[in-house]
Amino acid sequence: MTFRSICLTAAAASLLIAAAAKAETELTVYTAVEAEDLKRYAETFNKDHPDIKINWVRDSTGVVTAKLLAEKNNPQADVVWGLAATSLLLLKTEGMLEAYAPKGVEMLDKKFVDNSAPPAWVGMDAWVAAVCFNTVEAEKLGLPAPKSWKDLTNPVYAGHVIMPNPNSSGTGFLDVSSWLQLFGEKDGWAYMDGLHQNIARYTHSGSAPCKLAASGEIPIGISFAFRGAKSKAEGAPIDIIVPEEGVGWDMEATAIVAGTSKLDAAKTLVDWSISKTANEMYNTGYAVVAMPGIAKPVEFFPDNLIEKMIDNDFEFAANNRAAILQEWQRRYDSKSEPKG
Amino acid sequence: MATAAEEALPKGRPAKARPVRPKLGRDDLIMRAFMVVIALYLVVALALPLYAMLSKSFSTFRFDLTAYEFQVSDEQGSFAVPPVSAAALNEELQAVPPENLATNGDGRLPATSFFPDFSFRSPVMYRIRATGDDASYLIGSERFAGSRWQEVDSNDFRRVMLRPVRDIGLANYATYFSTPSLFRSVENSLIISVISTVITVLLAFGFAYALNRSCMPFKGVFRLIAMAPILVPSLLPGIALVYLFGNQGMLKAFLLGESIYGPIGIVIGSVFFTFPHAMIIITTALAISDARLYEAAECLKASRWKTFWTVTVPGARYGLISAAFVVFNLVITDFGLPKVIGGQFNMLAVDIYKQVIGQQNFEMGAVVSVVLLFPAVLAFTVDRIVQKRQVAALSARSVPYQPKPKPRFDALAFVYCSLIAVFILGLLGVCQFAALIKFWPYDLSLSLKNYAFDLMDGGGWDSYYNSIRMAFLTAIFGTLVVFIGAYMVEKTRGFESGRSLFQLLAMLPMAIPGMVLGLAYIFFFNDPRNPLNALYGTLAILVVCTVTHFYTVSHLTAMTALKQMDREFESVAASLKQPFYKLFRVVTVPVCLPTILDISIYLFVNAMTTVSAVVFLYSPTTTLASVAVLNMDDAGDIAPAAAMGMMIFYTNAGARILHLIVSKGVLRRTQAWRFR
Repeated sequence: MTFRSICLTAAAASLLIAAAAKAETELTVYTAVEAEDLKRYAETFNKDHPDIKINWVRDSTGVVTAKLLAEKNNPQADVVWGLAATSLLLLKTEGMLEAYAPKGVEMLDKKFVDNSAPPAWVGMDAWVAAVCFNTVEAEKLGLPAPKSWKDLTNPVYAGHVIMPNPNSSGTGFLDVSSWLQLFGEKDGWAYMDGLHQNIARYTHSGSAPCKLAASGEIPIGISFAFRGAKSKAEGAPIDIIVPEEGVGWDMEATAIVAGTSKLDAAKTLVDWSISKTANEMYNTGYAVVAMPGIAKPVEFFPDNLIEKMIDNDFEFAANNRAAILQEWQRRYDSKSEPKG
Repeated sequence: MATAAEEALPKGRPAKARPVRPKLGRDDLIMRAFMVVIALYLVVALALPLYAMLSKSFSTFRFDLTAYEFQVSDEQGSFAVPPVSAAALNEELQAVPPENLATNGDGRLPATSFFPDFSFRSPVMYRIRATGDDASYLIGSERFAGSRWQEVDSNDFRRVMLRPVRDIGLANYATYFSTPSLFRSVENSLIISVISTVITVLLAFGFAYALNRSCMPFKGVFRLIAMAPILVPSLLPGIALVYLFGNQGMLKAFLLGESIYGPIGIVIGSVFFTFPHAMIIITTALAISDARLYEAAECLKASRWKTFWTVTVPGARYGLISAAFVVFNLVITDFGLPKVIGGQFNMLAVDIYKQVIGQQNFEMGAVVSVVLLFPAVLAFTVDRIVQKRQVAALSARSVPYQPKPKPRFDALAFVYCSLIAVFILGLLGVCQFAALIKFWPYDLSLSLKNYAFDLMDGGGWDSYYNSIRMAFLTAIFGTLVVFIGAYMVEKTRGFESGRSLFQLLAMLPMAIPGMVLGLAYIFFFNDPRNPLNALYGTLAILVVCTVTHFYTVSHLTAMTALKQMDREFESVAASLKQPFYKLFRVVTVPVCLPTILDISIYLFVNAMTTVSAVVFLYSPTTTLASVAVLNMDDAGDIAPAAAMGMMIFYTNAGARILHLIVSKGVLRRTQAWRFR
């Protein structure tokens, strides 16, 4: 290569780089937020930042977490926006998150911010367990409405309850970890032993139990409140029951993936993701959001939900996850015959 | 089949034995080069990923206690006692038995395990450091490594967790076979596969028998209907069964209180989606039976019952065995159906998905894959051996059997085939019906709301268009690779070892379950050290994976067509001093055009319906319709899943019709010589 051609190539390259800098930045964002909300999130964000284009990678919590872990040494994502905090804690312990304190993080409820400084992730909204109860089918079968988790072990419900498998569903895991925290290790497993007698089957996804309850496939589905409210709004004959002992919850959270080449744009997105506008946006579906004083009541959401949220120990959940899942699998997953 | 033909060829090295033909030497070189290129493709797209997966299954995690040191202070907080390694503590206390040191990538071991008299209220301070290179530990959720001491008070010491390091060994297999919930799936998978195989082969035999040996009307229609299940993903019968026999099912009473979620559902669905495969194989086997044997039986005054057992069944035995193993393989490797309707009934293919997607335990996923490989490879091998025999059973003097009208038997055959047709069309019809219902079972008004895929999980309408794009690319690229590969391996002279190696590579994909292939692709292509890493997450990797997954059948089809062409063509072309590529373009391709079209439609249809191989590989821009069916069903959006499944059906049916029209035209244009 002659000196001339080197100069020409360099000039062409710098021109290209300059052109790229002017063009919009594209961020690859991994998320587990429900598909129907994503478009709205991107549009609202682009109103403030039209120069950053979001390329969503959307899948269920388990799949996104698996994907991120599989790509551990070769991250494809720039930002994770809307993944369970338990999953983000897992990624944090693998050193996969870029710690960053977004602008205005002090405005958030402390529960919603990672406790390292600077935080590895920041929360968006809470996603709270609840029981979807199909009143039409229950009446046909003569089932009373359950009031508490303990009620669900009543033999009258045998074969009429569905819950997500914690091995594949984040919602399923938050149920199990909340029972272990609520009732203690020993009683927690004893409770699940009893519940297991009534479970018709364990689903792979966390929203499926409520959708199945909504369509009458099963009278009682252990799922999350947000999904229940949506199904109810669609006209499903269901009640959303908040068990009186308290309910488990997880939050959707945001983090920057370590090693991203677009750190500035990623920071812009994370800054925005905890802004007031963003919190108001989350509030459309979620009754509990990270910024205090923002949330307005959501239609069909049970009133007492917030006070029933347990004091969730995410560290416990993350650090005991492998052991809990192993024990769960040992106890309940080997059942070869379905009930019901 | 291939080796028999090869053995008949004269052996030797033409380049050395006949040095007077230098022109041919160049052709040979080019052909061998092509063969090597396509063989390399198979190595990269199949052998290397499988190797990556196998090594992953031996990649284990364990707590390396020698790599941690603790130092404990006295109550005043001064560290007078010398540091001690975790291994030394464990030896003394036997706190953690050796088998508990093996774990998975997510494993955590509380540091307090080594301090039996630990109390979080005590004023004692603790120091911890990692002395090994890759050893790390957590304080809370913060990750630490390296030999700098970290000092924590006893309350925080509760939160210290040791993390495992990578190792190599059989620990994963040991875990697998000591976990009943995991290895019980082996038994479940085998039982379900055997039951489904027996039922499917019996039903398909009856159907094929009716088609071949009766004079009932509408044979063409029945054959067409029986082929329909090939056009849909295997999840679709599962969805139909939910609507038919689920708790809100239309025919729930027929199950007498049994649940459709579980073995019953899997078996019924398996019969549905494997029926056409068994039917084709058995029909072929029955079609080649020799009419002279029946004449002989008649002359010997054998009863029809005796003739059936002494002539018909033995004549079709290879077909029956082959069909059985193909069905067995399809059922045991299928993932979509047990995922949809399996309930609590664990099967191997679903276990792979659960391990990888649910628990992020890639190593255990690899172990289950290796376990699943055994029955799949075994069934495949038996099938290959049997098929070789069947070819040998054909004789030039055979007289094809022509059925004569027998009113009672024909009526019976008609009723039987109608029942099967109702079963197949019924399941498809239920799906279409469910897709159009607004809110089953509470609002039965018709609506197109379930077609608003953009509002559901799974990628929306884009996934549908992606699927079509992927299927087209697979058909074009796949046919090209497969046909050229088959041509080179069939027409290259000499080079025996290379050719048999190629044959082996081309046969391998059929023995590899889709889930296994998909997982192997993650391990291989998602490795940053792999130069092909850029493929990961693109449509290209889906195409490569699908072509490889369905390589064998396409290859065999191409081989069959090419074998029908005399090798004289090559000799004539050579003596006319024409290069082989001209011959290939002017003679081989036009003659084999019907076969080429068959291969491409086969690849297209399978690319539209495949779930298992691509479920690990799709990315946000490359979501697929078949995966969307899976994901929508998973999220409880069953009606939209049915709607999308039926879209795949219509697309494939359309492609088939198009293929039929094009084939007819092509046949008229290029195959006129056949009818002269």
